[in-house]
Amino acid sequence: MLQRCVACGAFAYPAREACPACLSGSLAFVDAPRRGALLAETTARVPSDVYFRERAPWRIGLVKMDCGPTMVAHLHADCVEGAPVLVSFQLDKGGQAVAFARPEGETPNMADDRQWREMTADPKFRRVLVTNGRSLIGQEAVAALKAAGAKTVFVGVAEPWRPFAGEQLLRGQQGIEVVTLDAADEKSATDLAADIGGKVDILVNTTEYVRPGGLLDRRGTSIARDEIDQAYLGFINLAQAFGPAMRMRGADGANSSAAWVNILSVHALANWPAFGAYSASQAACLSLSHCLRAELRPGGVKVLNLFTGPVDNEWFQTVPPPKVAPRAVAQAIVSGLRGGLEEMYVGDVAEEIRQRLAANPKAVERELDK
Amino acid sequence: MQSNNLLEFAGAVSSGAVRVVDLTFTLNPDFPVIVLPPEFGQAAPVRIQEISRYDGRGPAWYWNNVTFGEHTGTHFDAPIHWFTGKDLPNNSVDTMPAKDMIAPACVIDCSAGAAQDPDFLLTVPIVEAWEAKHGRIPERNWVLLRTDWSKKGWRDYANLRDDGAHTPGPNAAVMKWLVEQRGIIGFGTETIGTDAGQAGHFEPPYPAHHFLHGAGRYGLQCLRNLDQLPATGAVIVASPLKIQNGSGSPLRVIALVAAS
Repeated sequence: MLQRCVACGAFAYPAREACPACLSGSLAFVDAPRRGALLAETTARVPSDVYFRERAPWRIGLVKMDCGPTMVAHLHADCVEGAPVLVSFQLDKGGQAVAFARPEGETPNMADDRQWREMTADPKFRRVLVTNGRSLIGQEAVAALKAAGAKTVFVGVAEPWRPFAGEQLLRGQQGIEVVTLDAADEKSATDLAADIGGKVDILVNTTEYVRPGGLLDRRGTSIARDEIDQAYLGFINLAQAFGPAMRMRGADGANSSAAWVNILSVHALANWPAFGAYSASQAACLSLSHCLRAELRPGGVKVLNLFTGPVDNEWFQTVPPPKVAPRAVAQAIVSGLRGGLEEMYVGDVAEEIRQRLAANPKAVERELDK
Repeated sequence: MQSNNLLEFAGAVSSGAVRVVDLTFTLNPDFPVIVLPPEFGQAAPVRIQEISRYDGRGPAWYWNNVTFGEHTGTHFDAPIHWFTGKDLPNNSVDTMPAKDMIAPACVIDCSAGAAQDPDFLLTVPIVEAWEAKHGRIPERNWVLLRTDWSKKGWRDYANLRDDGAHTPGPNAAVMKWLVEQRGIIGFGTETIGTDAGQAGHFEPPYPAHHFLHGAGRYGLQCLRNLDQLPATGAVIVASPLKIQNGSGSPLRVIALVAAS
């Protein structure tokens, strides 16, 4: 996204008050063409910034964008002076958006570039904890992360004395370690963190506790309490057990911790009365996720929130399509991590609610009430 | 009884002449709880959350907040737990007679049968055979079903399969008979529940719950160390928490056994 003059169409960078071409004051941020050419490159051997000094040498360059502006960008190792590049804004370890230039075409092992990996949380070579292996999303996430090259996928299973569908896909597989984890139980989370807390590079919180009903059609608070126990307190237990070590390890060489992923219902953003209490538990988790993001940021660990509509599982059986396939959620986890994103909307329902909320939140509220 | 007899008893406990056997599992979050179909309400699992541990939250003291369902861990079932006992007087843990909390026990060893068949059922002929050896079960006695199930790992202990739990228990006829013909005060098991794992398919469903609680009798489950009890002569002390209108509670169950 760059500023573009509404009057004359010229792109401007860095951000400014008036158009450098026609002095119009109306500059809007719009998606800009990503292509440019690398004008010049240099290698910082002793950067002044302590963070980059540890990572020197570090390549940066000047990119002349096809749409006009010239930008300073971090460079992929395969970028060659004079050659076309694609520029994207990436979140660096400090959570700042920075320009990053990659070669226009694919190059071998492109995603393994050292500087690129600093900007992303690619699961390749990393150790991942998927917190709930009982859910379809959890099982698909394990498979997708493994396929994406994760070194080890730890997968949490609560109440290991209880068999579950898909168990054979997890147990006894190379690179997958089934661990006992009941996120809703403080001691369980703490015990597991004592074992593996120092080697969780990516935590994927696949807690899933969906029950229908809002306020008036339920009796008492025991289901609501379960929802809060599982989703909200479970989040807190995981954060307190794993968060501090992840924050400490955010810059721990090649094996650093990188990201925390939450899978949230898009109804965290707008209550869906048919699943009203569940929506509220998701809203609470969304709020917590922003707190977690701020608290992990000093360590350079990203928080990716993935919003979904109703998932194609047993608890949404009565809900008409469109529904999100658990596999699509799993693939989104991987692509979000590869892109170093903070937020993703998976599926039509989630995307539609996002757009409609931006356009008319009261209309969304009314429409969900049916 | 004269008061010096009680003091003699206390002395026997202290000296070891009366052995105290703990029949209780440790109440912890890892212990299996009953699993109902997910559309029903579920027992809250055991949770233990630190309030402080000699730290900033309380520098000199350690204590926890504890939450659990009434039917978690080694626990007691009161008559009000089942619909058959819902209208009985004094049918909850807070109103039941305190004297019912101490009673002798007959222990029926079915460990061999249960080892062969996880769906092993206690029947009237089995109890009659036991009586032929140990004498008639006296009224107001506990009947404890020893299966050695408590010695299993948690997965085998819960033994859940696609069609539900497969764990031993009593059949319907023997429960009716024990309650009506023998006047037992209650029935105790090592498994999760006084009923067999598949007892939902019995007639009536869950006969131990049905007959015991309908007649104002009690249940004990998730017991252990039954193998340390004699067939007759042990005295069970089972006093549930005094929860207002409570249907049951986790508790410490001990057995008093005269040292041989």
